[in-house]
Amino acid sequence: MNKKLVCVALTATMAATLLSACGSSAKSSSNGKVLNISAWNEEFKSRLEDHYPGYEVVDGTTGKIGDVTVNWLITPNEENAYQNRLDELLLAQEKAKADEKVDLFLVEADYAVKYTDTDYTLSIKDLGITDDDLKDQYTYTQDVVTDSKGVIKGTSWQGCPGVMIYNRDIAAEVFGTEDPDAVQAYFSDWDKFTESAGTLKDAGYHVISSCADTFRVYQNNASLPWVDGNKIQIDDNLIKWVEDSKALYEAGYCDTFGQWTEDWNKGFYPDGKVFAYFGPAWLIDFCMAADVEGSVANAGRWGAIEGPQGFYWGGTWICAAAGTDNADLVADIMKKMTCDPEIMKEIVLQDNDFVNNRPVMEALAADTSYSNAVLGGQNALAMFCAGADNIDMANLTAYDQGLLGDFQTAMGEYINGNYATIDEALAAFYTAAETRYPDLTH
Amino acid sequence: MNKKKTSNVVRFNKWGYIFLIPFFLVYTIFSLIPLLTTIYNSFFENYWSGLSEIGPTFIGIDNYVKLLSAPEIWIYLKNTLIMWIGGFIPQIVIALLLAYWFSDPSLRIKGQRFFKTVIYMPNLIMASAFAMLFFALFSDAGPINQILISLHVFSEPFKFMNSVAASRGLIMLMNFLMWFGNTTILLLAGMLGIDTALYEAAEVDGATASQIFFRVTMPLLRPILVYVMITSLIGGLQMYDVPQILTNGRGTPTNSTMTMIMNLNQYLTSKNFGMGGALSVFLFIVTGLLSIIVFKINSRKED
Repeated sequence: MNKKLVCVALTATMAATLLSACGSSAKSSSNGKVLNISAWNEEFKSRLEDHYPGYEVVDGTTGKIGDVTVNWLITPNEENAYQNRLDELLLAQEKAKADEKVDLFLVEADYAVKYTDTDYTLSIKDLGITDDDLKDQYTYTQDVVTDSKGVIKGTSWQGCPGVMIYNRDIAAEVFGTEDPDAVQAYFSDWDKFTESAGTLKDAGYHVISSCADTFRVYQNNASLPWVDGNKIQIDDNLIKWVEDSKALYEAGYCDTFGQWTEDWNKGFYPDGKVFAYFGPAWLIDFCMAADVEGSVANAGRWGAIEGPQGFYWGGTWICAAAGTDNADLVADIMKKMTCDPEIMKEIVLQDNDFVNNRPVMEALAADTSYSNAVLGGQNALAMFCAGADNIDMANLTAYDQGLLGDFQTAMGEYINGNYATIDEALAAFYTAAETRYPDLTH
Repeated sequence: MNKKKTSNVVRFNKWGYIFLIPFFLVYTIFSLIPLLTTIYNSFFENYWSGLSEIGPTFIGIDNYVKLLSAPEIWIYLKNTLIMWIGGFIPQIVIALLLAYWFSDPSLRIKGQRFFKTVIYMPNLIMASAFAMLFFALFSDAGPINQILISLHVFSEPFKFMNSVAASRGLIMLMNFLMWFGNTTILLLAGMLGIDTALYEAAEVDGATASQIFFRVTMPLLRPILVYVMITSLIGGLQMYDVPQILTNGRGTPTNSTMTMIMNLNQYLTSKNFGMGGALSVFLFIVTGLLSIIVFKINSRKED
């Protein structure tokens, strides 16, 4: 106990001197009465409510941990609203009253760098989280929040390796088997994927709902970051996605819907005639209408295979805001929610999330009593574990979110035939991207 | 005696000014100051890259040069004008017709109050809700496509959002539906304000219905018509909500539904006040010029 106190005191002074050296007067202290958490949805809130020891729900936007009030600042992601509000809060952090300072905020991989590579986030080691605490986490989750100087500025409780989620009934009808290993043989690389897509088309099915589904797979396997210095660069693998998607669409193997639209969703039901989606654990459990009578997920008729290439999609990281007045509590939340194997195992069993703890996930992967009802009782964790080990996240930039979106929009138009050539689509992409980010060129 | 009279006048003037203060105060704070700062900002390079501010650096008219020399702004201006005119023409025609029928006592239309309420209704729906509704109706698996397929008009779903004509057409249709009721009410008010003795005199002189409409109603309606046209022009040039929601802010297909204000919104991702300011000033000048043209054309004959 004594050792811990000394440790905290030391790190607090260290953080304070570090920060004042940066010319910022934001000091972190630990006696705040209000813990402000900024988020874009209820996911982390429900995790904290269900799994953080001693958390009491007060009402929809507040809770209590001991005598500290937890205040949730939830702003939706749409139209960049979440980041706009967070930016304002962080920029005003120094002047804000102690109880109004943001203490903890959540970020996604697509824009994590925008926050971690600044003095607005605290190093988690300064908060008292040790290498030993972090040793069981998947390396990629730490790479995402590591700043340009190599300092880890956040942590996550989840990992998001993705798999190819296929419709077992269609597999049985078209390929004569619904066994994951046998189905994987038909989709083990992109050539086989295209070939099998043809077989599916002849039987009246689309291999995927939209070519947008495979975008993350190609994008995660790109070797260049989006931006070099301030020059936009486009990896060959992204161009390959465009060409492959155009071929798939023109052959009638898939459509070009935007993700999350009604048209895209229809494959969640048998009438949609869609063979597969690409996604991580959260897509399977939260997005595929598992609680709707008549959906494929409800009947437990999905299966999971690795597919042509591994990838990741999504994930949420928690960062400590510089100037927090609840440094101890913030550190404890990070430790309990992202490093404590007991709590993390509880999250998997209760919420089917894929947690950021290798031993816990590997133990469950080997556990025959664990099964996923949506996947027809399959235990796909081994597949996710293998995927999580292979994710490489060294290529992130602060511009990813906007560039990803603009690239998909422009290329989607080319795939749809609205632009005659890739070059025209690229020109449209550069225009949109440089309007969005004036400091970039191509 | 004389002196006292002047002081009386002054006192009344004073009250006039006092009553004007609230308007000028609100106008100065919410319109004039933002307008002037927008113009001021347009001469600076000033935006945010992540959490750090770039500028403000004075760069003269560079923002304007950059804005006006790129082809995009002219495409967006063209898109905006096409979609405004396409919505405005049916709107003014239908509104004139309806207002004429409603105001003509010889037709004795029953349930006028009901119809006036019904045609105004679309305006009460939020533009964003309206656009989302249309997006759902006209999506690939949406009800409109299902009806067209079951009627054998198409053999497979028609991608409305992927066709320039269809997506612009939908935006025009929505703007028309939202605003024709409002225009009808305005024109109706104008028509009811015309002295019925003039109609009677025209009838006695043997004028036909169309002669009465074009020779009596239209000239007397001109001030209201000019007002309707200019307010619609200003609203049309600032078209934003419907295409923004319908295309998710992307102006698809191929930027053909991207309006000026949607472009302005793109600049605001990085809080680019310089370029945003230049675009706003350009839009202000275009609106001003077009308003003057509309005003001149419509009031020429009166001189």
